[in-house]
Amino acid sequence: MKLHEYQSKTIFSRYKIPIPRGRVAGTASEARQVAEELGGRVVIKAQVLVGGRGKAGGIRLCRTPEQAEDMATQVLAMEIKGLPVRRVLVDEAVDIAREIYLAIVNDRGARRPLMMASGSGGMDIEEVAARSPEKIIKVFIDPLLGLRDYQVRDLAVGIDLPRQSWRPFLEICQGLWRAYQENDATLAEINPLVISEDGRMYALDGKMMIDDNALFRHPDLAEMRDLDIENPAEIEARKYGVSFIKLDGQIGCMVNGAGLAMATMDIIKLHGGEPANFLDIGGGASAEKVAAALRVILSDPGVKVVLINIFGGITRCDEVARGILSALKEVKTEVPMVVRLVGTNAAQGMAILADAKMVTANTLVGAAVKSVAIAAGGAA
Amino acid sequence: MSILVKKNTRLLVQGITGNEGLFHTEQMMKYGTNVVAGVTPGKGGEWVLQKIPVFDSVRMAVEATGANTSVIFVPARFAADAIFEAADAGISLIVCITENIPVQDMMRVREYVDQKGSRLVGPNCPGLLTPGEAKVGIIPGEIAIPGNVGIVSRSGTLTYEVLYALKLAGMGCSTCIGIGGDPVNGTDFIDCLELFEADPHTDQIVLIGEIGGSDEEKAAEYIASKMTKPVVAFIAGQTAPPGKRMGHAGAIIESGAGTAAEKIAALEQAGVRVARHPEEIPDLLR
Repeated sequence: MKLHEYQSKTIFSRYKIPIPRGRVAGTASEARQVAEELGGRVVIKAQVLVGGRGKAGGIRLCRTPEQAEDMATQVLAMEIKGLPVRRVLVDEAVDIAREIYLAIVNDRGARRPLMMASGSGGMDIEEVAARSPEKIIKVFIDPLLGLRDYQVRDLAVGIDLPRQSWRPFLEICQGLWRAYQENDATLAEINPLVISEDGRMYALDGKMMIDDNALFRHPDLAEMRDLDIENPAEIEARKYGVSFIKLDGQIGCMVNGAGLAMATMDIIKLHGGEPANFLDIGGGASAEKVAAALRVILSDPGVKVVLINIFGGITRCDEVARGILSALKEVKTEVPMVVRLVGTNAAQGMAILADAKMVTANTLVGAAVKSVAIAAGGAA
Repeated sequence: MSILVKKNTRLLVQGITGNEGLFHTEQMMKYGTNVVAGVTPGKGGEWVLQKIPVFDSVRMAVEATGANTSVIFVPARFAADAIFEAADAGISLIVCITENIPVQDMMRVREYVDQKGSRLVGPNCPGLLTPGEAKVGIIPGEIAIPGNVGIVSRSGTLTYEVLYALKLAGMGCSTCIGIGGDPVNGTDFIDCLELFEADPHTDQIVLIGEIGGSDEEKAAEYIASKMTKPVVAFIAGQTAPPGKRMGHAGAIIESGAGTAAEKIAALEQAGVRVARHPEEIPDLLR
């Protein structure tokens, strides 16, 4: 789950990472008021969960509260990469002497957190990584020991940080590590971390991503989820514990298990069709969950046929069949269905569906071929 | 005949009194697995299924029953603690079925388990099956027959699909290991390939991977340099869009890396025959 800049920076400040004075505003007049409190010279920053805000005109420097109000009016009317700007962050403007990049990410290959710093702050760090990887200094953090001070000194030396800045840098790095660890982040990034003209350090921008699997111990963070970046059907599916991702094809898929769901999409493509979605009903799915899954699939008007592929293990095929029938009672649909049930109680499941006039298949290939033919307008 | 899970496995079930734990304990016993104990804190002294004693801690269960393998069915919020406890009690093989464990928990767990010298399989996995001998986890026993094909997979039901396709073709399996779909897990592809290479009862191997991370690429390097036995592979997620988590926490294409195409190319480069779909796998085995 991604957090907005203002949310990330609020968390950072709890860990004694200095941030510019500022506040989030939902209207232009609020923005003006904040600018007045801050003495007039402010930056208006669009709060949307996409990169490239600056290039899109979503970050503006203002000299007076009046200008802040005008700019906020403009920015709040914008859409950036399809996302509406609902809030702006109004921060005091900082005179920048130097910009640094600082972040902690999960390194999958090393199975531990990785702290990275670069003297080339403010830029797109992926570009720096591609062009001059030697400019990014890395230290791996032992998950049982945590970040050690000597590791931070290695970073400081690596990015040529003047010695008088080591102390504040150490405090910021340790604060970022604690923010990362205590909030179950998968990313905590300060880009740029600036040294101002008067020699102070500030986290000018901030970004955090939180592990969805850890939200049970962070109810406060779970409430920060921004639903603007999510597809409504995906939100609906999540309510029922169904994993769903919308795609652009014509063949709706309902499968149990993530790997099998991907393999089902792949085999559709292999036979010349296009999957309309990824959908995993999970293990041991109830009839209610199956019904919810089918409603979500059928809510996409692009779906011309639904392929149901269930390999019963913990999941019982008769339970799935009952879910399909109950969904069909509720959602009247002309969309044809191809069904393949294998494993636990498959025969009972097929018997339950016998009156529903569905196309049946014994193999994965057979199911794919029939679905593709129907989607292309032919009979199965 | 097998690696890791055998007739002499003495299995302990952590979370044995929960719905899933109890159901699968019964299934594992029906299959012939030697289940010797269960652990549910606060329920020590009880019995389940008439003959399995329940203990308050793993240490007590090990002392009383000599359990050497543990399977974990406890909810995600308690799962990391359950793995720490098993490793601390000297369990040599820990199989964690639980899904949705926070990734930072898993980073600490993996570090600790390695230090203790235990082997972890999973989490977020279906466990292991040695057809005809024993199963530890949730793989339905009746979909596989004993044989000489070793299987290692990041997936659950997709693995069942492959076991079933092999059975229909009259082919059997030595041991099937589900290593799980999480970004940070215990045993990986290379660990399993090494075990299968050394197992006299395994003649060929099926590797089932998916998008995300670079474990398939690392496995390809290992196969090219160390393996003499033939390997057949399947990679799921060729149609997966970038940046989206495809159900499994680890199944995501990040910054353009971890695509199915890269993995397939690396495996083919290493001489692995890669199936286009799961039902093609028996044809590629000899």
